[in-house]
Amino acid sequence: MAITLTETAANRVEKFLANRGKGLGLRLGVKTTGCSGMAYTLEFVDEMQDEDVAFESHGIKVIVDPKSLVYIDGTELDFTKEGLNEGFKFNNPNVKDECGCGESFTV
Amino acid sequence: MALLQISEPGLSPAPHQHKLAVGIDLGTTNSLVATVRSGMSTVLHDEHGHALLPSVVRYLQDSIIVGHEAQAAQSLDPVNTIVSVKRFMGRALHDITDRAHIPYHFVENDSSQGILEIKTRAGLKSPVEISAEILKTLKARAEKALGGELTGAVITVPAYFDDAQRQATKDAARLAGLHVLRLLNEPTAAAVAYGLDNAAEGVYVIYDLGGGTFDISILRLSKGVFEVLATNGDSALGGDDFDHRIFCWVLDQVRSKTKDFKPLSEEDTRLLLTKARQAKEWLTDNHEANIVCKLSNGALVDETLSVAQFVTLTEHLVIKTLSPTRKAMRDAGLSIDEIKGVVLVGGATRMPHIRHAVQAFFEQEPLTNLDPDKVVALGAAIQANVLAGNRSGDELLLLDITPLSLGLETMGGLVEKVIPRNSTLPIARAQDFTTYKDGQTAMAIHVVQGERELVSDCRSLARFELRGIPPMAAGAARIRVTFQVDADGLLSVSAREQTNGVEANITVKPSYGLNEDQITSMLKDSFGAAESDKAARMLREAVVDAQRLIEAIQAALAEDGDTLLNADERQQIQTHIDALLALCQGTDSHAVKQASDALNHATEDFAAKRMDASVQKALAGKNLDSLEL
Repeated sequence: MAITLTETAANRVEKFLANRGKGLGLRLGVKTTGCSGMAYTLEFVDEMQDEDVAFESHGIKVIVDPKSLVYIDGTELDFTKEGLNEGFKFNNPNVKDECGCGESFTV
Repeated sequence: MALLQISEPGLSPAPHQHKLAVGIDLGTTNSLVATVRSGMSTVLHDEHGHALLPSVVRYLQDSIIVGHEAQAAQSLDPVNTIVSVKRFMGRALHDITDRAHIPYHFVENDSSQGILEIKTRAGLKSPVEISAEILKTLKARAEKALGGELTGAVITVPAYFDDAQRQATKDAARLAGLHVLRLLNEPTAAAVAYGLDNAAEGVYVIYDLGGGTFDISILRLSKGVFEVLATNGDSALGGDDFDHRIFCWVLDQVRSKTKDFKPLSEEDTRLLLTKARQAKEWLTDNHEANIVCKLSNGALVDETLSVAQFVTLTEHLVIKTLSPTRKAMRDAGLSIDEIKGVVLVGGATRMPHIRHAVQAFFEQEPLTNLDPDKVVALGAAIQANVLAGNRSGDELLLLDITPLSLGLETMGGLVEKVIPRNSTLPIARAQDFTTYKDGQTAMAIHVVQGERELVSDCRSLARFELRGIPPMAAGAARIRVTFQVDADGLLSVSAREQTNGVEANITVKPSYGLNEDQITSMLKDSFGAAESDKAARMLREAVVDAQRLIEAIQAALAEDGDTLLNADERQQIQTHIDALLALCQGTDSHAVKQASDALNHATEDFAAKRMDASVQKALAGKNLDSLEL
């Protein structure tokens, strides 16, 4: 299994990284918080940790810590527009249930 | 599911705890809202893909329309369609000098000290309420685009906005339900948008030619901190003037070709102005523009304007921007070779000949890669993002300046400047003052703004009284007056008597207005009038001294005049007093001083006699042993 980006998402990440002027890649993770147990995190990466797992998708380095990986392995990150809003979306095959707003989930 | 944005390392928000912050450019002609998403500042668009929201509000019987739709109705319903409301923010009715050319029914609000209101079919509306409608529209757009409630907003204001105008802007935001993180000067926002805060240290110039105003600002960046060194501008010069030049040119052409040409109707004027603007925009990328339209009186307009012609027509306007530029450079005490970079802001700076002129003046190519219409909003968004706590460590602190000196009135109608012009904000300055008369227990504090020496030539901001000063001899009380201007440029003044601690203070509220023309003309006057101001100050000082002398002598005369002086001596002193009083009405400060000296001299004998008399009185009936010497 692996973590992948859609091409749209990869293009966006590339643009954001270029705009930021620094960063190794993109970090995906989960935090145990929120109304339904877990929440996704999405951050720029300046420093990699020893235990980090790295993937590469459409030229973007995707970094996940091993504890998060078990919850999101197989995830495809997409970038979409919903009305006026736009942003990244986790298509995570492990999810069993989400809270109403979709910001947190259970596996 | 909810859409996510990329956060800085370690700063991922907890669910439902997004810190959504926006930057708002509340403009005279157009307004914008921007935010930082995934580390990138972007302008938010409405449902139709428009970034710019025309700053136009139309009042219907029971609804309010803001933006393009309101703008379209401007000629249909001019009385209820408010444009350029920014010009009225924090202003009193008497500040609006060109009322005759504005279609609105202005009303003076009697409850809040002359603040103007506009009569619409939906009732009386203040500029604050009207601006709040624009902000509400932008807020709704942002919340829709960001999918959540806003934590706060940074709103930009012109660097020359005075306290009343800044307070009015804050009030409008509060009315729109926005939490204002900070008011930010427009040039500073532009510099932030270009990331100059991360650039090399040095001095940068922001050249902002908007629809109707021109502003030049000089910022110094050192250790990641922006300091505004100087600002200047012309509040009646902008892109619209270029349109107007084309408009006049077209009219001249048509007039010369048409016999008995009739004056243009309102719609024709509007149509031709629109065509003129389109031609101007076309000439940015093309060599010539065709202006073709049919007027309502049947006259056909078909003209071709070349770039060269356009440049000739508008050259004086371009040159007109360079004189405030030079002044700002002089205020900042800088030469051209000290300027590290030049930023262009405002749609009008797209015109190639403006760019060339700026480039020639500063001997370097200006920064133009960001959209000049959006750059201010983009910078405000970056600052909002920092203030909302979405960025770690490298917080950028922005410093702004006071556009005009702040001071207070002293005896004789003179101004004592407490905070000089171009001081960096926030700032607090204290100065000690004292009483003028024996036993004085109250002091009126009159806060004024401006560069001139006389109160009557400056702008009155506020008045308050400090009461409960313990009765003391004149000049013995110590009253410390503190002026404080916060990061948003809002002024508070407090006065405290040092011996017994009585205190009074005031915060300047938007009850007084001052238009931008007045600010620029006040500045101009202060330079032009430097000589006459100096003379006026000398005269007032001499008169105040003379009056103090006369008062002291009259008090002495009342007490001891009958006993110590004969009629002749008394008459002689009175003659000197009368002569001095007469001179005080005149304008010759030298004569006043001479007469004061003469009076002083004439009363020397009297003073000596009084001294002797009081010594005698003290010694009378006492023997030497009982005296403690």
